[in-house]
Amino acid sequence: MRLVTFAGPPAGGKTTVLCKIIKCFKNEGIPVGAVKFDCLQTEDDRIFGAMGIPSKKGLSAELCPDHYFITNIPDVYNWGQKNDLEYLFTESAGLCNRCSPYIRNILSICIIDQLSGINSPQKIGPLLKLADMVLITKGDIVSQAEREVFYRRVQMANPHGEIYFVNGLTGQGIYEICERIKELSSECVLEEQTLRFPMPMALCSYCLGETKIGEEYQIGNVKKIG
Amino acid sequence: MMNKTIRELTEQYPYINIYLDDFDINFDENRSFEENLKQQPDHFFEQRKMSFKEVLDEFEDYLDKAKAILEESIENVDDITIYPGKGKDGVPEPYEEITVHPGEIIAIVGETGSGKSRLLEDIEWQAEKDTPTGRTVIINGMSKKERRKTSGRQRLIAQLSQNMNFVLDMNVDEFLKMHAECFVSQGEVEVLVKKVYETAISLSGEEFSLNSSITGLSGGQSRALMIADCAYISRAPIVLIDEIENAGIDIQRAMKILVGSEKIVFIATHDPVLALFANKRIVIRNGAVSKIIERNEEEEKALHEAEKLYGRLLYLRNRIRSGEKISQFGGMA
Repeated sequence: MRLVTFAGPPAGGKTTVLCKIIKCFKNEGIPVGAVKFDCLQTEDDRIFGAMGIPSKKGLSAELCPDHYFITNIPDVYNWGQKNDLEYLFTESAGLCNRCSPYIRNILSICIIDQLSGINSPQKIGPLLKLADMVLITKGDIVSQAEREVFYRRVQMANPHGEIYFVNGLTGQGIYEICERIKELSSECVLEEQTLRFPMPMALCSYCLGETKIGEEYQIGNVKKIG
Repeated sequence: MMNKTIRELTEQYPYINIYLDDFDINFDENRSFEENLKQQPDHFFEQRKMSFKEVLDEFEDYLDKAKAILEESIENVDDITIYPGKGKDGVPEPYEEITVHPGEIIAIVGETGSGKSRLLEDIEWQAEKDTPTGRTVIINGMSKKERRKTSGRQRLIAQLSQNMNFVLDMNVDEFLKMHAECFVSQGEVEVLVKKVYETAISLSGEEFSLNSSITGLSGGQSRALMIADCAYISRAPIVLIDEIENAGIDIQRAMKILVGSEKIVFIATHDPVLALFANKRIVIRNGAVSKIIERNEEEEKALHEAEKLYGRLLYLRNRIRSGEKISQFGGMA
């Protein structure tokens, strides 16, 4: 089974694009499953389920979503194998733009929205920079110039990755993405891999549930604005 | 490269700030990246789970790749050829191939819903029997797969359609500079911006200033700006236009400017003057190319007549716009 991780800022069209990709794999008779990682609430697992594929959801709730992802990915991986999947897709929303759920040797795809602003490529950290493929959505409703500027900035943030424009609504561009997923993904033993970028070093008093404000309540790994 | 100071690097390649900003370091601009890195405390490397050498190697790798991208030239397009597929009823299209060269304008005509946009999509997608029509589109004799290895397919094609709008909160000057900086050096930006701005004004026939907000431009002004920008800044050699409303802009001159920049233009249109103005027109019926008509001498005469009529309509429109009362139409222009 091949694991492929999809990530990107909220509301960029991840689920819509992923549904089109799933449909494309399903049409070829390839067994796929999808897991949605989210923070508070999601209905997206039902969207995947309605497509007739094994699906699952994980809500991180009070935990950091990226920590939650990485501590659950082995279980999710086993679940996929038990379901005899050939491809397992995970989807998660990058929230603070500091982290990424990407794992070395596991195909990592970032979905980013052209409407998120011309500066978003430099504001999104490892989520964009360390992806193997970057899919830009909603490019069809802006000018050619805006598309070209956005493309250039994504290139400069991530000169290693393959960059594509896709249309999540019409499915334009999806077929090629599916072909690239097949070519670039591979099977590997999950437990032997490492994260591409470390999770934040946290653990200050607020991680442990502190709610009061003020110097005396700030204990642990604290950084000052200076 | 690696021994250049941060200032030298960012002056030559302003875009690398996107990478450097991520370090959260106050770089000493008069020193190299390596010298700056040496000043960093241990926890800088601990946080990244990377050694001094790994961070340095990664930066070198980034610089190499970014430089290669910035210096990459776009593939010249000598020809684009469309091979037949089938229409909505499955009947094969009745032509052998359609080949188009730089400087040519191809109009795509047909009733609403006949499949004009689908043909544009096939070109954009560089179809290889992998779209509903089963058409194949070959650029420079190269398949889509081969092209991926050389340059990006998507950057060969610029698109302009009714649904495209400016969304950025910027003025015309900032916007054009930002786009020009993608492709030309700092010294050339100003001249290029001026050229695009002046062309856009002459196409739209309405004055707007370099300080105008791009989202505040009228329909005609923004189309004119998009076309001028496409002609002079965008490097894509193929331009696909899907039924842009003419909104008062001089669309024929706009086409002349595009092909003058050695572009190949495909335009889906209902406008009779524009359709006749094209070197060839492809007629779509029921999802299939039903005819390919080349403009002959007789059609050229018709174009001439249509242009005159159009000129008179323009004149009439301007009079109405300026508040005149119209008593007669004939013999005014």
